[in-house]
Amino acid sequence: MYNFNYHRPLSVDEAVALAGGAPEGRLLAGGQTLIPTLKQRLANPTDLIDLGEIAELKQLSTEADGGTLVVGAMCSHASVAASDMVRAAIPALAHLADGIGDAQVRNLGTIGGSIANNDPAADYPAALVGLGASVRSNHREIAAEEFFTGMFETALEPAEVISSVAFPVPSKAGYAKFANPASRYAIVGVFVSQGGDGVRVAVTGAGPSVFRVPAMEQALASNFSADALEGIAVDAGALNADLHASAEYRAHLVGVMAKRAVAAAG
Amino acid sequence: MPEGTGIGAAVRRKEDQRFITGKGRYTDDIDRPGQVYAHFLRSPHAHATVKSIDSSAAEACPGVIAVFTGKDMEADGVGSLPCGWTVTDKHGEPHKAPPHFPLVRDKVRYVGDHVAMVIAETLAQAVDAAERIEVDYEELPANVDGTKAPDSGTPQVHEEAPANLCYDWELGDQAAVDAAIAGAHHVTKVKLVNNRLIPNAIEPRAAIGEYDSGTDSYTLYSTSQNPHLLRLILCAFVLGLPETKVRVIAPDVGGGFGSKIYCYAEETACTWAARKVERPVKWTAARSESFLADAHGRDHVTHAELAMDENGKFLAMKVETNANLGAYLSNFATCVPTYLYATLLAGQYTTPVIYCNVKAVFTNTAPVDAYRGAGRPEATYVVERLVERAAREMGIDPAELRKRNFVPDDAFPYQTPVALTYDSGQYGLAMDEALKLADYAGYAARKQDSQSRGKLRGIGFSAYIEACGIAPSAVVGSLGAGVGLWESACVRFNATGTVSVFTGSHSHGQGHETTFSQLVSDTLGIPLENVEIVHGDTGAIPMGMGTYGSRSLAVGGSAISKACDKIIEKGKQIAAHLMEASVDDVEFEAGNFVVKGTDKSKAMGEVAFAAYVPHNYPEDLEPGLEENAFYDPANFTYPAGTHIAEVEIDPDTGVTEIVNWVAVDDFGKVVNPMIVEGQVHGGIAQGVGQALLEGCVYDPGSGQLITGSYMDYTMPRAGDLPSFKVGMTETPCPHNPLGVKGCGEAGAIAAPAALMNAITDALGVEIDMPANAEKVWRAAQSQRAAAE
Repeated sequence: MYNFNYHRPLSVDEAVALAGGAPEGRLLAGGQTLIPTLKQRLANPTDLIDLGEIAELKQLSTEADGGTLVVGAMCSHASVAASDMVRAAIPALAHLADGIGDAQVRNLGTIGGSIANNDPAADYPAALVGLGASVRSNHREIAAEEFFTGMFETALEPAEVISSVAFPVPSKAGYAKFANPASRYAIVGVFVSQGGDGVRVAVTGAGPSVFRVPAMEQALASNFSADALEGIAVDAGALNADLHASAEYRAHLVGVMAKRAVAAAG
Repeated sequence: MPEGTGIGAAVRRKEDQRFITGKGRYTDDIDRPGQVYAHFLRSPHAHATVKSIDSSAAEACPGVIAVFTGKDMEADGVGSLPCGWTVTDKHGEPHKAPPHFPLVRDKVRYVGDHVAMVIAETLAQAVDAAERIEVDYEELPANVDGTKAPDSGTPQVHEEAPANLCYDWELGDQAAVDAAIAGAHHVTKVKLVNNRLIPNAIEPRAAIGEYDSGTDSYTLYSTSQNPHLLRLILCAFVLGLPETKVRVIAPDVGGGFGSKIYCYAEETACTWAARKVERPVKWTAARSESFLADAHGRDHVTHAELAMDENGKFLAMKVETNANLGAYLSNFATCVPTYLYATLLAGQYTTPVIYCNVKAVFTNTAPVDAYRGAGRPEATYVVERLVERAAREMGIDPAELRKRNFVPDDAFPYQTPVALTYDSGQYGLAMDEALKLADYAGYAARKQDSQSRGKLRGIGFSAYIEACGIAPSAVVGSLGAGVGLWESACVRFNATGTVSVFTGSHSHGQGHETTFSQLVSDTLGIPLENVEIVHGDTGAIPMGMGTYGSRSLAVGGSAISKACDKIIEKGKQIAAHLMEASVDDVEFEAGNFVVKGTDKSKAMGEVAFAAYVPHNYPEDLEPGLEENAFYDPANFTYPAGTHIAEVEIDPDTGVTEIVNWVAVDDFGKVVNPMIVEGQVHGGIAQGVGQALLEGCVYDPGSGQLITGSYMDYTMPRAGDLPSFKVGMTETPCPHNPLGVKGCGEAGAIAAPAALMNAITDALGVEIDMPANAEKVWRAAQSQRAAAE
């Protein structure tokens, strides 16, 4: 780890100011990616702005008569998984959070940190896109599909701080993940939902960034059952390939996990 | 199971109090006054010439005390890390032994090779400075594939080893085997890959080298499985120091699995550098360094054939193995794919003729050496995969085929065609017990149930044998070993009746403090809590050979037993004097010396007190009650047994679930069944890891280690494993005083074959380890397609 200036602001405004004022500032959320990156000397920020003491970022609440669930950016995966509010509103979201990494990662990792990093194998992007959520920052609101712009890339501007994620509460939703046996990241994770906005199918892990599968959404719109997905193939051409899974295998797993997500949605 | 704390009782581990309360004292917990920190600059290339190293900028960095390179070590006459076992090839020539300098002199040969050592006041300063070292590399083409190593055009790792060949070795009668194969009713052939593994002990390696100019002596704190062996290699082969001037302390050590047997570059460099900088020098491996530079295990590719008659009787076996030894020879690398491998190819069977040829090669990868089982897992994998395949091809039940070929109970001692003499065993008994525990009779119904749920079910056997407690010294010496393989013990009564036991064995998770205490408590009739076990310090214990190869109880325990016998013999003389009786009339029973046919008795403690306060004492007897013993076994011990794995595969994803695991092992007499069962569990977990999950992968082009962290190297987790059904049979070892065998490696030896036999049974096609989900899925798809 190289030296850096460490800051621990108590408000979002203060964090924004610190990030804006640093030559190369980085925001520190749960640190589950950034800290190992620093320890391996793969990043060399001048300033680290720790968001861990900002109480307003840790709120969980509902809006619009319970039609929207708002998860603060610094809510840990463990707190989302254990929240009665989340479990009642979107049980699939609690299930997803409960399957991220391991207990240590869930206790420290946060939703804001996860989506800001936009690891192609992270779980949360599937939930955000699969539920049609929006990302709220210190100065705007961004639809999930516009937020995730590419592998490890988002629409966030320099010194922009995510404050929360607003999830429309669906009538049903499910998430199924095929985990990397070593890292427990998603080799393929599929989030499906049915709500006022129609059916959404979002896939993480398989491609460079989270993506929707329109053919599956159309099939499920007329018949929300695993059987409806039979025979719908995903093109392997654009998918990731690594030591653990080829693109072809990932394409196959998208189909299997989509069916399992639909079955889990009930 | 006996009550209490004696031999056979499941006594809770004495050492666990400190381990589970965080009070263990590992090398990294130790800090020495004035200590400085070492960091090693490692090669980023798999193969390159080092044209120059400019460390001037690094030396000028804050806190930097010194930067050393191979040239500095050369100037000081530091030698090569030796290989301690000479293997003679099939032409009568010794193996090729290119030098292995702790810091490279002119070439790097694998990613992680040691280029320079930076010593600074803090670790961060050392790491900072290392980034300022300028190394001019000329990259060379690299090869990481053992099977390609001998090909013309493959990059040469060492000038001393043409065609990258360390040795071309053979064992057995090739002509007899070829003739038997030619005339056989059926020959089963397999090609098997024994995947390379990275040991991953929970505690990374660490070292503190310290030099005392007042006495001109060194102390090395190190994560070693064998402190005396480490001292011997350091002194006699590398640093040229008298052993009287070097003390090696291996305190609590968190797992080794073989990877902490060896004398590595880092420990050597810390010891040497401590004198150069006149400060204690500490190094603790980062986990990524463990991945790169701990000695790896396995890495064989094997073609094997088994010839049978029409009844499935084994007639001959032929095995051709390519063994990848990595870039340099680690201390015992040469003996693993030869004397610890080919000699086990008879398995539990009466195969009359066996031939094995091993080509051991150099590649641009981390050195390979003994890892839990060392050669014997590879042998068991060959034999048991081959036998299972033969059963399928012959249409004979796999349990039945094995039984037809087992060495019968009345055939011991049994001379195999591959040099070993098995001392004892009841192979059919273990198989029958395992079949019962696995409910083999109910398997067909379970398979049908799986099918009805769209799942593939398979069952697999592994009737393994191992040779452990490698010995006797004269025999291993004749086979090329550079060391003796005995063990030492000193049993010292203290004046008030407690006992300190000094053992040359080393515990790094095995529970010796409990097992050895039980042995001493039981033998001498004193309370368990009155026994302390001292190990791991060359300044405290007699010369000893350490712990590896499942040898500690069979060899080290036998030495303790012999020392206890001497204590009792001397105690009888003291007790006879105190009771005014003849020595011949004194017997030792349950901690008391009694005069036969009388009620006269002296407790062990009273005798010990008299030995140290000899006011009333035999005139011709030395005071004190302390005895040394050295034990050199007459033979290996031969634990054996049958493991049965049952799996259910999801053909949609390729995920394998282990639904049942039965292990019936014969370890001879068991001192602590709880500890033994724990060893079996851990061994199976490691074997499952090899078969299902683990696999070291280097990029074939660049030689970079792809599985260099837990992000990509898959360790087995509790959730990957079922509850094991562990049974035991007991055929005492006939040649050691305790009747014990060895249990540490059995699980890792037996498990891979059992699991791969189950998986390939379910799939109906062959796949190689690790049987990860995609491989299994592809195989399941190919079968589905073939069926349609």
